[in-house]
Amino acid sequence: MAADAKSLLNGRKTAHVETEAEELRKEHLMLDPMPRDEMNDMVMEAMTTTTKTYWVWVIGFGIAVAVLLFGAWGYMIATGMGVAGIRRPIYWGIFIVTFVFWIGISHAGTFVSAILRVFKAEFRRPFTRAAELMTTFGLAAGAIYPLVHLGRVWVFYWMIPYPNARWLWPNFRSALEWDLLAITTYLLSSTIYLFLPLIPDLAMARDRSTGIRHFFYKTFALGWRGTEAEWTRLRKAIGIFAFAIIPVMFSVHTIVSWDFAVGQVAGWHSTIFGPYFIIGAILSGVSAVVTILYVLRKTLKNMDYFIRLEHFDGLGKLILIFSMAWAYFFFNEYLLSWYGGEAAVKQVLTLHATGPTAWVWYLMLICNVAIPWLFLWNKKVRRTPWLMFIITLLVNVGMYAERYTIIPLTLGHQRSPFDWGIYNPTIVEVSIALGTLCLFIFLYLLASRAIPLVPVWEVQEGQMAHSIRKVGKTEVPSVTELE
Amino acid sequence: MAELLKEQEETQKWGMVIDMDICSGCQACVTACSMENNVPFVGEDEMAYGRGLQWMRIRRYWEGEYPEVTPTHQPMLCQQCGSAPCEPVCPTFASVHSQEEQINVQVYNRCIGTRYCANNCPFSARVFNWFDYETPAPMNSYLNPDVSVRRRGIMEKCTFCVQRIVHGRQQAAAEGREVEDGDIVPACAQACPTDAIVFGDLSDPESKVSKMSRSDRAFKELEELGTQPKVIYLKGGKSYGG
Repeated sequence: MAADAKSLLNGRKTAHVETEAEELRKEHLMLDPMPRDEMNDMVMEAMTTTTKTYWVWVIGFGIAVAVLLFGAWGYMIATGMGVAGIRRPIYWGIFIVTFVFWIGISHAGTFVSAILRVFKAEFRRPFTRAAELMTTFGLAAGAIYPLVHLGRVWVFYWMIPYPNARWLWPNFRSALEWDLLAITTYLLSSTIYLFLPLIPDLAMARDRSTGIRHFFYKTFALGWRGTEAEWTRLRKAIGIFAFAIIPVMFSVHTIVSWDFAVGQVAGWHSTIFGPYFIIGAILSGVSAVVTILYVLRKTLKNMDYFIRLEHFDGLGKLILIFSMAWAYFFFNEYLLSWYGGEAAVKQVLTLHATGPTAWVWYLMLICNVAIPWLFLWNKKVRRTPWLMFIITLLVNVGMYAERYTIIPLTLGHQRSPFDWGIYNPTIVEVSIALGTLCLFIFLYLLASRAIPLVPVWEVQEGQMAHSIRKVGKTEVPSVTELE
Repeated sequence: MAELLKEQEETQKWGMVIDMDICSGCQACVTACSMENNVPFVGEDEMAYGRGLQWMRIRRYWEGEYPEVTPTHQPMLCQQCGSAPCEPVCPTFASVHSQEEQINVQVYNRCIGTRYCANNCPFSARVFNWFDYETPAPMNSYLNPDVSVRRRGIMEKCTFCVQRIVHGRQQAAAEGREVEDGDIVPACAQACPTDAIVFGDLSDPESKVSKMSRSDRAFKELEELGTQPKVIYLKGGKSYGG
């Protein structure tokens, strides 16, 4: 926060002292405290207010999930993989593309919550929960795909290591096996990590609700009373999980990238893929957080107070940095291939940029590099929520294009030109991909009215630590070290 | 007999030589392979879409400008790699190396259809059962009882006609003799009108396939990847006699 104080002093020296403090309050949630009861009520109100429009959306997305996802998938199981557009030599299509996309989205929660928590970035406080929910639901949407893309999904459990009648372990040398283990680990740990900071908030909701809600919160609050011992244990547990989940997050997307990197396919077999995928995942994840925050701010009651322009500003800077890092890795992929000098790889990379599907490649570069670089340096843009909404949506379009380039388009350019192929997704594939998007939104809609979307205790804790102090004739924001 | 079978196991290393110089691209091997191995016919549309289930196909390359063109035919099948990229990537051990025949085999019953092996095959030699393909009567009477019929959702590929290898070895062992060169002929080699495909034991220096594999024209497809293919091509085109 020292940096904030400094910039503030440089910025408006002439302004009236009182206005300055007011402006500080308006700007920073942490400096704009509210009585605890009032804030609790605000969050309760946001959670319990359901309009007719809300239910229309819920039912609409529920039907969409049933039809687009489970309907289309059921049809595919009954008929055969052939209803998808994949064909030789492109055996993986948009199922795997969307799988990687969702696993990428799921990096938002861990990144925003765990990494920013560990580094004590104070602006994270009001939206950690929203981001953690994205992790869990993103993984739920993504974890469907390893099942969807199987030719014989009814025997998927043969991948799980258990003593069986076949007398056979799964093949632990296969990257798909690593995937299964990594995603299961990440799903379990991120769910626990979502649950731990939720306990005090559930207890808060328990004390302010009746009926079925009360029963639900009572059960999940695990008898939380808020004693000092409980807080100490919770802090310790969150601390351990925050540190432990970061390597899990890094490993998950590295392992997803190994699905490709350990293959011999020209254009896949690259050591840069691990960090390249992680940076891409964080870029798309953080962008998705902004997208969701915008929607929450528009649709959820009292969110104006919690989600402020400073948050869009801060996340916008992060996106800009990750876009630059992504561009570096993108460039590096070409650099290393050029240095390696393998003809087949060179051909694949050239065809991405010049072949009949070059528009995907350009879309990727425009959305991932040009748009963030052109707009996000500008503070005014970062502080215009609707612009940020559009930009972050476009970044995710770009990231989808990146995965599309890496998977079907690379597979299409085999080493022998005779085997080259083009892939066009069919309606069934597209419908399943849209179905998981609807599933994600559907789960999020339900969760937004079931659990407190703002971690109230974290905000209150932050507000207690922050204050505006008078130093000489100016007022500066200050923060007390908590732990 | 058991000893003989064991001895065969230790020595035999099956391989194939395909002479691209005399291959006329007639596709008799493709047909014979499909009949021998119960490969379903997928129909014109699916075939055109790139979903033919042929275990063997003819790659045709044109050289020169039309009308002055020369075709080169390269029958492409599973190369039975010694160090196969398809094997380590399968999560359920459906793609494994056979100790006995020293070839790469696909265990249909274990396959769950991740299709990773097909992506990782540099020769695109593997094919996937996109649907259940019916064999209409009376064509079902043609099905080879030695080869299992596959259902939808699994991978399959050339097996070097493993059923014929097994049969040939057992026959020889029953007669109390060694397997002789030419005892075992896969369907493609049997059907080839120009004898461009030769099959045999690569570990026996006197076998026909061994001698041909030492030709100056011999090369292995994508050898630089180090997959150690067991199919050896003899260069065609203008390189008559090496």
